[in-house]
Amino acid sequence: MKDEVTSRDDRIANLKGMGCSRKRVEDARFTQGKGNYVDDIKLDGMIFGDFVRSPYAHARIKSIDTAAALEVPGVLAVLTAKDLEPLGLHWMPTLAGDKQMVLADGKVLFQGQEVAFVVAEDRFAAADGIEAVEVEYEELEVLVDPFKSMESDVVLREDTVDEAGKLVDGAHGPRKHHNHIFTWEAGDKDPTFEVIEAAEVVAEETMYYHRTHPCPLETCGCVALMDKVNGKLTLWGTFQAPHAIRTVVSLISGIEEHNIRVISPDIGGGFGNKVGAYPGYVCSVVASIVTGKPVKWIEDRMDNLMTTAFARDYWMKGRISATKDGKITGLHCHVTADHGGFDACADPTKFPAGFMNICTGSYDIPTAFLEVNGVYTNKAPGGVSYRCSFRVTEAVYFIERMIEVLAIELHMDAAELRRINFIKKEQFPYTAALGWEYDSGDYHTAWDKALKTVDYDALRAEQAQRVEDFKAGKTRSLMGIGLSFFTEIVGAGPVKNCDILGLGMFDSCEIRIHPTGSAIARLGTISQGQGHATTFAQILASEIGLPADSITIEEGDTDTAPYGLGTYGSRSTPVAGAATAMAGRKIRAKAQMIAAYLLEVHDDDVEFDVDRFVVKGVPERFKTMKEIAFAAYNQAIPGIEPGLEAVSYYDPPNMTYPFGAYVCVMDIDVDTGVPDIRRFYALDDCGTRINPMVIEGQIHGGLTEALAVALGQEIAYDDMGNVQTGTLMDFFLPTAWEVPNYETDYTVTPSPHHPIGAKGVGESPHVGGVPCFSNAVQDAFRAFGLRHTNMPHDHWRIWKTANELGLHG
Amino acid sequence: MSKKQHYKITVNGKEEEFLAEPRELLIYTLRERLNITGPHIGCETSHCGACTVTIDGKSVKACTMFVAQADGKDITTIEGIGGPDDLHPLQKAFKEHHGLQCGYCTPGMITRATKLLEENPKPTEEEIRFGMAGNLCRCTGYQNIVKSIMAAAAEMNAAKEATE
Repeated sequence: MKDEVTSRDDRIANLKGMGCSRKRVEDARFTQGKGNYVDDIKLDGMIFGDFVRSPYAHARIKSIDTAAALEVPGVLAVLTAKDLEPLGLHWMPTLAGDKQMVLADGKVLFQGQEVAFVVAEDRFAAADGIEAVEVEYEELEVLVDPFKSMESDVVLREDTVDEAGKLVDGAHGPRKHHNHIFTWEAGDKDPTFEVIEAAEVVAEETMYYHRTHPCPLETCGCVALMDKVNGKLTLWGTFQAPHAIRTVVSLISGIEEHNIRVISPDIGGGFGNKVGAYPGYVCSVVASIVTGKPVKWIEDRMDNLMTTAFARDYWMKGRISATKDGKITGLHCHVTADHGGFDACADPTKFPAGFMNICTGSYDIPTAFLEVNGVYTNKAPGGVSYRCSFRVTEAVYFIERMIEVLAIELHMDAAELRRINFIKKEQFPYTAALGWEYDSGDYHTAWDKALKTVDYDALRAEQAQRVEDFKAGKTRSLMGIGLSFFTEIVGAGPVKNCDILGLGMFDSCEIRIHPTGSAIARLGTISQGQGHATTFAQILASEIGLPADSITIEEGDTDTAPYGLGTYGSRSTPVAGAATAMAGRKIRAKAQMIAAYLLEVHDDDVEFDVDRFVVKGVPERFKTMKEIAFAAYNQAIPGIEPGLEAVSYYDPPNMTYPFGAYVCVMDIDVDTGVPDIRRFYALDDCGTRINPMVIEGQIHGGLTEALAVALGQEIAYDDMGNVQTGTLMDFFLPTAWEVPNYETDYTVTPSPHHPIGAKGVGESPHVGGVPCFSNAVQDAFRAFGLRHTNMPHDHWRIWKTANELGLHG
Repeated sequence: MSKKQHYKITVNGKEEEFLAEPRELLIYTLRERLNITGPHIGCETSHCGACTVTIDGKSVKACTMFVAQADGKDITTIEGIGGPDDLHPLQKAFKEHHGLQCGYCTPGMITRATKLLEENPKPTEEEIRFGMAGNLCRCTGYQNIVKSIMAAAAEMNAAKEATE
């Protein structure tokens, strides 16, 4: 048969498969204002729900009077914990094995906590109704400091102590105190302490990784519709894990899972904010059951920043030991983790501190010990992975700061200290002291490339000259060179050790090839801007030889998509991407049999070539995948079922370990504390690259979120537990004006266990970027004796650092 | 709750008349009353720019304007900038240069950029960064947004020169 595209290179290009910068198919609708986000959903008779929220961080609720609210025009109902209690829905399970109040049950534990749910004809009437609900509070002592909380007599959670006054075990073991949630350990304590105590050099540092928030531009929300005629519940929402939400809704509501349909429409950014289950979802479902109408709930920005899904809030104490010439011998990390009023961390269940035990970083550290203590305080629950795999941002920040502090202690160059301690290429697969098996890496090559590209030695010479000039009064500007080398651990994960509420963290892909040679593939993940509809089609195009432009990717509807655990922790490419490739290979295997039948040769005598099967050694005898697809539907082939479909559920054998080398060059005005980022170089190794354009975009975005966190973004509380940063006036989101242009680069070290060698990239720039920006600020002051200062490095804090070092004369 | 008033606005060339409470925010008038869902809501405090529309030739954040203030005005949203058959150069350039990811800021971003290029048809990178600073994006880091606007400006200028 004659083929329109003849040369092999043209045929490859025609597929728009892996490795090409295919333009995104999502963009047509988004650029024309035709996206379909949850707040765009409009249903007949739809009503609105919104919360009465607590103004206090810790208070007993003496009474709630809803009578006046029910008189407000347009208000239809007001739900309180008393209404939910008979249904068993006044509390709900969290992803971390704890439970959380849906509506305040006798007391509130953080400012902004949900107290009552007002349902009204429109959002304005709901707002009026909220004003009219009268709640009488009795203020209680507020605990915002986790260290004080662990010593306080004040019992935050009454379910931590039984009637006899004895401590009740938490989800991860016994409690040390009534405000203690868990202790999680990894590594060998005694050997680590022995190594550190006997070491030639030890560096110690305490650092606070401040509380912040993922703050996607679209807040969280949902629309619930209980169809009482058919007994079906449909729930549209901003869900990063729609299937998990369906299962959770079924478990807590008792509605059978087949009667629940969860749909994630377009999502306006997630970054971890939209993984968990929130009271708004539960209340919307209940309100729809009560009223028989579709109920919409949409957070406003303040609700979002104050109540759903904070990130970080880790107090980290480290000790790192080394020989005199800089070979690291041991690492000890002790964490006090502030989890707020409920432990609602979104981590795999067996990992209450996520993958914090990746904190030995990219270095060959023979012995290490990690201890994490989770603590209740009067702050919002959360502890989500903000653009990172579970707690990896904290881990990488910790080790990359400890390396800098050790370099100061050793009077060594921090780049050289890293180099002599990197895990060597030949050591992979490498089992780290805290247990993970790193699948692959080539750190020295990446590091050398990075340092060479930025001309590291020249930068250090320039910096030394700047210090001289500063001391001589010739300039008021200092120069910081920020370094970071990170190893991520993503792609959760192997079902043997990764689950959320008992749901194994595999993922899935189901493909249907249509008779005329186009296809639809459905996955258990859901894009929130990552461009899955573009990139997963590229994986398939290369695997099955049909053009990416002829493949529709669909996600987010639990009635049609195969079960999967969703998109977060850079798991889509490592897990669902692998499922996609594997399902594609099943299609290809069947296509091979069909091709052999059509070509009248044995199955083993045909081989796949780009977009066709050819008879081995006879390239002019072939059947294209398009022809094979048609044959699958119109030929009666002996021994082969009609149709061409496949499904794959992929349980990854290991995590993937993307890595990268970043360098930031910054000038700091000592008198104003304003940093000017003059260069940022990012080398990423995410294994096989699916779409370089999309990768680059992810890196720009992740670095910008890293810049935000390092240089100003925080969720701050006062002593009374009032949120100080509840609007975008106070919560720093960088604008185009503050953000530099980034230089991107790469090496390629494919994952040996992933079907296409890909490792995931969306979160690497955030994980590696935060320490890089922070190290740049701190490095600027190294010559003046600065050892460590906490983030966020906003102008005021940088100025203060300069002032404390006596640089203002 | 206050008494409903009569308002008349023009949106994307179409005259709309309706009764609404004066306190209704323009963004809800557009999104919920008129089903124009291109402009989005990100903050309701004028910081993020997801709701940016053009009113009588100026970029305005529709989340902090009462419908009463918009009475009699001429409003353009992303839906009025270009559609499948007549894409605006900015809409094409944002796709071509990967100037968007989740798409939530994009309608406001492009709407603002149309005005920026009217005010300054040949902006420098710095002028674009300054002129777009009222529109937040959480995904792209702005680098490709700047690139998209530069490319659209070049295309629009070339087209203009060709007709002159």
